[in-house]
Amino acid sequence: MIRAGIVGGSGYTGGELLRLLHFHPNVELTQITSREHAGRYAHTVHPNMRGVSRLKFIHPDALDACDLLFLALPHGTVARKIEDYARLAPKLVDLSADFRLDCAASYEKYYGEEHPAPRWLYRFVYGLPEVNRGSLTGANYISGVGCNATALNLALLPLVQAGLLERAACEIKVGSSEGGNKSNPGSHHPIRSGAVRSYKATGHRHMAEARLVLGEDFPLHFSVTAIELVRGIHLLAHCYLNEPKVERDIWRLYRGRYRDEPFVRLVSGRAGLHRLPEPRVVAGSNYCDIGFELDEDGTHLVVIAALDNLGKGAAGSAVQSMNLMLKLEETTGLEFPGIYP
Amino acid sequence: MASETPLCPECDGEVEIPADAMENELVSCAECGMELEIMNLDPLELELAPEVEEDWGE
Repeated sequence: MIRAGIVGGSGYTGGELLRLLHFHPNVELTQITSREHAGRYAHTVHPNMRGVSRLKFIHPDALDACDLLFLALPHGTVARKIEDYARLAPKLVDLSADFRLDCAASYEKYYGEEHPAPRWLYRFVYGLPEVNRGSLTGANYISGVGCNATALNLALLPLVQAGLLERAACEIKVGSSEGGNKSNPGSHHPIRSGAVRSYKATGHRHMAEARLVLGEDFPLHFSVTAIELVRGIHLLAHCYLNEPKVERDIWRLYRGRYRDEPFVRLVSGRAGLHRLPEPRVVAGSNYCDIGFELDEDGTHLVVIAALDNLGKGAAGSAVQSMNLMLKLEETTGLEFPGIYP
Repeated sequence: MASETPLCPECDGEVEIPADAMENELVSCAECGMELEIMNLDPLELELAPEVEEDWGE
């Protein structure tokens, strides 16, 4: 049994990790930290865990050594204390953006500051199993993924790898939990409720992760809009192909790329109410659903992806990567299909 | 009936055909959900079944 801890356990991602790890058959979650809530039961912050987990928050200074630490802290804070965490546990899974990129210059460009621990950047493996399964297996340091970037990467990867994608313009609609659990004027209910607010039409920092996975060889644009949703991401990508295709070609391409992926499903149905991916269908799960529709000319392809930003877009991918890190069955603890309706 | 697993004419997915299937019977593709009509059993021929246009009331 692996003895694991969560550092920064009072946020939404920390709560999702608590929910997933509590039921993981190979992990014993022994500690969870929160400065603000130290001494309180975790279920006072994560009420879905009442009667399930008896863990209490501890102050981060009280952390004991253990086998593995999940770091669910705000961006920029992990890198400043990475040596301390590495002394506490031989294996780290960091869900912040601090170690997602492979180069300090790129970090500075997208995150606006010099990287506090650049020599650690190269030790971390980007935690997207669909891309880095081999490197994640047995790794000691894993970085989590950006939720929007994951939708982009999984949606476009088959087209990029086939050399078909000429350019792509994407719109990503996101739920409020992406903003974390700290309130601000923009998250105040009268302002946030009912919002359709494009807050990053260009220049989103997840572009760095998309370029890391998809490469730099084609024009890629994406915008992000906050909508009336708590959990979930809906990506709609207008993709322009460099040669005409028919729908069966696209099916073959995506099926070939994702046939053996346990958490990527192709949803491009001709029957039923949900014929294309929809965030509510994957809420609470580790699935990313991907669908598509090809325009008559055969070169304009609309790709749609949906995932749970706290699931496949954060804690779910982190646990999936941990399974690989520990050489466990990759799907362990993640089989839950979500709820419907 | 041919022993090879038939492929969906829409998405190329494998389509399960019941052992007692008959000509003109409708089957569905598990992957894309398309309704398919069995036009011929030997050799097996599948065609897209006619669809009712759906505008979802919008």
